[in-house]
Amino acid sequence: MAETDQITPRDWSSHPPYNHPPYRSTELRAPTKPLIPISHTLSERTGPVYGHDGVGPLDHDLTRNGARNGEPLGERIVVTGRVLDDAGRPVPHTLIEVWQANAAGRYIHIVDQHPAPIDPNFFGAGRCVTDADGRYRFYSVKPGAYPWGNHPNAWRPNHIHFSLFGQSLSSRLVTQMYFPGDPLLDLDPIFLASPSEARNRLISEFSIDATEPEFALGYVFDIVLRGRAATPMEA
Amino acid sequence: MSQETPFKQTPSQTVGPYFAYGLTPEQYGYSHAAIADGIMVSGGTEGERIRVEGRVLDGAGDPVNDAMIELWQANAHGHYNHPEDAREDNLLDPEFSGFGRFGTGVDAENRFIFSTIKPGAAGDGQAPHIAVVVFMRGTLSHAYTRIYFSDEQDANGSDPVLNSVPQDRRQTLIARRDDTPGGPVYRFDIHMQGERETVFFDV
Ligand SMILES: [Fe+3]
Repeated sequence: MAETDQITPRDWSSHPPYNHPPYRSTELRAPTKPLIPISHTLSERTGPVYGHDGVGPLDHDLTRNGARNGEPLGERIVVTGRVLDDAGRPVPHTLIEVWQANAAGRYIHIVDQHPAPIDPNFFGAGRCVTDADGRYRFYSVKPGAYPWGNHPNAWRPNHIHFSLFGQSLSSRLVTQMYFPGDPLLDLDPIFLASPSEARNRLISEFSIDATEPEFALGYVFDIVLRGRAATPMEA
Repeated sequence: MSQETPFKQTPSQTVGPYFAYGLTPEQYGYSHAAIADGIMVSGGTEGERIRVEGRVLDGAGDPVNDAMIELWQANAHGHYNHPEDAREDNLLDPEFSGFGRFGTGVDAENRFIFSTIKPGAAGDGQAPHIAVVVFMRGTLSHAYTRIYFSDEQDANGSDPVLNSVPQDRRQTLIARRDDTPGGPVYRFDIHMQGERETVFFDV
């Protein structure tokens, strides 16, 4: 197999469509015309590179990076996994940015009006860089579910927002990690917008091996990004 | 026979309405260091200083106040600050990363505003351009577009990507240069829908 200079295409059998009427905000924000195909030039094959220099010593630890006078409330978790490309190769030294609600389901964001308590010791954002094997790890507390205005009695399942660059602008991904067994998943238009066969890739797995004794429950979440396309050699 | 890969892409999900304290924290006043913002230049950056600004407009024509725009571009020499750009005859500018990020929730008119430089042509037949990634609540997958420059008519005319776009839609990709007392400003509105819907690419 020879590598081409193209990146694997966005797999639309994995990604949600722009227009998904049950998620009401898509109605006025989804492009209506077909996307124009583009052959990857240097602009798409390159992309921002961020390594450890942008990451502070506590950035991977949300249980400590917002602490003022104590520890955040909630169930401590460790979230770990690997970032791979769609040929199964690790994506090393790539920046992951995360943000989430606190254990009560409240974001620190000024626009969040949900009347659940702010935790003075929890900020809710962090970042880390994958190692040479594409592995990452960060510590946090399990985010709470929160209501939103999409439809009557709408609640978002517990989730953590993830942002990744990968190796090029084409591998850019913003996604959300969910938790196993959450009864709100079946009711959530954002989660359900993804094709059914792809949805379970958004759900982390509880792992007793990743669990740290006397400290934090472990969840494993592997992420697959687009990578260099390989083509079979022609005879 | 090609075997189906077991490594299927992780689905995209919306950035949601609350990305700012995680992705654009300093711009929104949170005490969390940002990796990038709208100021892409420093004192030593080479090239012509420009401002790129515009709004994201929804299908009702209203400005979107919870969008995040990312720019990625070559430096003044047309070189990308990335190992994939291995050309030796191009110069790397250590004072220019090429990446910027801006949320539309802080400006009173919900503009995105970038201070950057006009990129050089990369030498592959393409006109100077900036790659744009658009995120917001209500888009489940980010959208890719490009900014070209209104004062590059000749180069634009032979650009293969622009030429792959139906002629009546090419104007949506061209930022209008406005020479102001504060320097050149390129205005580029992103229309998600409507008659002037911006061209988005299946990158
Ligand atoms: Fe959220």
